[in-house]
Amino acid sequence: MATTDKTLLRCEDLYLHFQTGKGAVRAVDGVDFDLAYNEAVVVLGESGCGKTTLAKAILRLLPRNVSKYSGKVYLDGTDIMALGDEEFRRDVRWVKMSLVPQAAMNSLNPVLKVGDQVAEPLMVHHGVKKEDALQQAHKMFQHVGVPDAFLSRYAFELSGGMRQRVAIAMALVTAPSLIILDEPTSALDVLTQANIFNVLKRIKHNLETSYILITHDIATSSELADKVAVMYAGQIVEVCDSARFFANPLHPYSQKLMASVPRLRGETELEFITGQPPSLYDLPPSCRFAPRCPYRFERCEEDPPMINKEGRQVKCWLHA
Amino acid sequence: MSPKITKQNEPEMIQTAKDSRKQNVALLQIQNLRVWFELRRFGFGVAGHVRAVDGVDFELGYSEAIAVVGESGCGKSSLMKTILGLYEPTEGAVIFEGTNVSEMGTKGLRWYRANVGYVQQDPFGALAPFMNVHRILEEPLIVNGVRDQAEREQRIRKVLEEVKMFPVDDFLQKFPHMLSGGQQQRVVIARAMIMEPKLIVADEPVSMLDASVRVEILKLLRNLQEQHHLAVIYITHDLATVRYFSERIFVMYAGKLVEKASVRELLYNPKHPYTLALLTGTSEPDAENAKSFKEVPPGEPPSLVTPPPGCRFHPRCAQKIDGVCDVKEPPDFQVAEKHLVSCWLFDQK
Repeated sequence: MATTDKTLLRCEDLYLHFQTGKGAVRAVDGVDFDLAYNEAVVVLGESGCGKTTLAKAILRLLPRNVSKYSGKVYLDGTDIMALGDEEFRRDVRWVKMSLVPQAAMNSLNPVLKVGDQVAEPLMVHHGVKKEDALQQAHKMFQHVGVPDAFLSRYAFELSGGMRQRVAIAMALVTAPSLIILDEPTSALDVLTQANIFNVLKRIKHNLETSYILITHDIATSSELADKVAVMYAGQIVEVCDSARFFANPLHPYSQKLMASVPRLRGETELEFITGQPPSLYDLPPSCRFAPRCPYRFERCEEDPPMINKEGRQVKCWLHA
Repeated sequence: MSPKITKQNEPEMIQTAKDSRKQNVALLQIQNLRVWFELRRFGFGVAGHVRAVDGVDFELGYSEAIAVVGESGCGKSSLMKTILGLYEPTEGAVIFEGTNVSEMGTKGLRWYRANVGYVQQDPFGALAPFMNVHRILEEPLIVNGVRDQAEREQRIRKVLEEVKMFPVDDFLQKFPHMLSGGQQQRVVIARAMIMEPKLIVADEPVSMLDASVRVEILKLLRNLQEQHHLAVIYITHDLATVRYFSERIFVMYAGKLVEKASVRELLYNPKHPYTLALLTGTSEPDAENAKSFKEVPPGEPPSLVTPPPGCRFHPRCAQKIDGVCDVKEPPDFQVAEKHLVSCWLFDQK
């Protein structure tokens, strides 16, 4: 299906700003990253840093008040930003990439049977007959570990974990090469969460799917990550492979985030980041983390570029 | 400890309470507590019961912090609401400083509630949107009969300083929607603290907050607990945060406490298969995680209307003993000092 050592998705200089009464909200402000086949990248960040908006920008699910939407997104080598809306809907969204939305458990249609809902994308995008689509939905249910009998149930008859699995099945059914997972387990219990991550790992292994996992939960994100991208105030501040990131993050913000993760054992003292992230209306011209950064020096008045360091990228003057 | 209620309206109960404290009575005793909810059929006949809390026993000493850990639907919130006196126990008793909460009467309950603070899970939902911070904090003082305006003012300022909302004047006139999630949670904590209670019940106080703010709030609660010698019941589903906060952990499953131990003992020497599963399920940030699958039990917690016979975890348990676990309910077995496990695997006989 897919070959390795090839870039599946590449975002270049992606911007998405919203117009509001108070001015432009710079939710995604110049984001670059790429993703290889069968790779999982985790986008980490606090709430309000623009990580969900990044997912929406990639999938072109835009609200009406967009004031700036530019940049390039290459998927399989084609620039999907150049496509028209109808082409995008027909050939890209849910065909090449799909989304498991935030609070997926509440995103199911309450008046449709979950089996029909999972089958629907196949009927719409591939023109498959209903019986065949249901057959395929049945197969997807096996992949995500939902019993067959649940095909003809309604969403309210399912527990949170089961609904989450159905939402994943729905994203999988058209066999896209990329699935964007937006906080897939944030509302679930520990054991359910571990089960869902097992399902995602198995899918990645068996179906060679790639993932963009958007989350604020650093500990569980390590269950899936091949690569980590840390987002702060609309920008990506560090991109690194997971092995080196979890052992030794470079950016001061990433370091602080890692120090704030509660550990089960060990005696490390927890830290927290003082202050608040800047408002996305009114961003400073300096490094955006500078006001909260313990290592701030004169050069931080200037916005740092992405700096390459031993194959990792970090947006911080300390590593220049 | 500082005085709780102004002298003139202090009920006699406090006097008896002070006596009982001398006799080394626990602050809070939960005795064989059951909280069942009736399921109605067409408004009349009873169709069954939801056994939310089904036989819970424990004692909580003065200035002791404990954690109750469990998944959603295991009955931990029902347990907490019964402790707060919001639900009537179906059986058993909640005894606070020697007095049964269900027998307190209106006046007694008012005294009780001034002594027990409650920190809710969702701070925004817990704060009235039409009241500013000053009003939110003044309300409990008025309800509890602090008539002196100057005293009220001074206590509001003091409590806001304690939860580190500096400068106080900037916050007094603000409404909840003008505050960030972390600040809202601080106001909720301040409100729970303002009557200077002996016990704080915190129901997942940090689960709605961002990772970095979470630590800040946990540390704040911990500091307040140490400074004021508060007893705290911390209810959570996240085992990883427990260590930073409490001395003992109770693990709850399907309405029962299945393991009770000190934090260290539970984290390093867990016994109950369910506790082991919870510990396995909790991730630590480590790139190695991505390379292996987690061994967690399949399935989901049982229905509390028709719980399985015998041990409630047996349908999901890999170490089930046939003919024992699915027949008899396990009692508490002592495996180490102050370490109780409700599991047949530890039956010494």
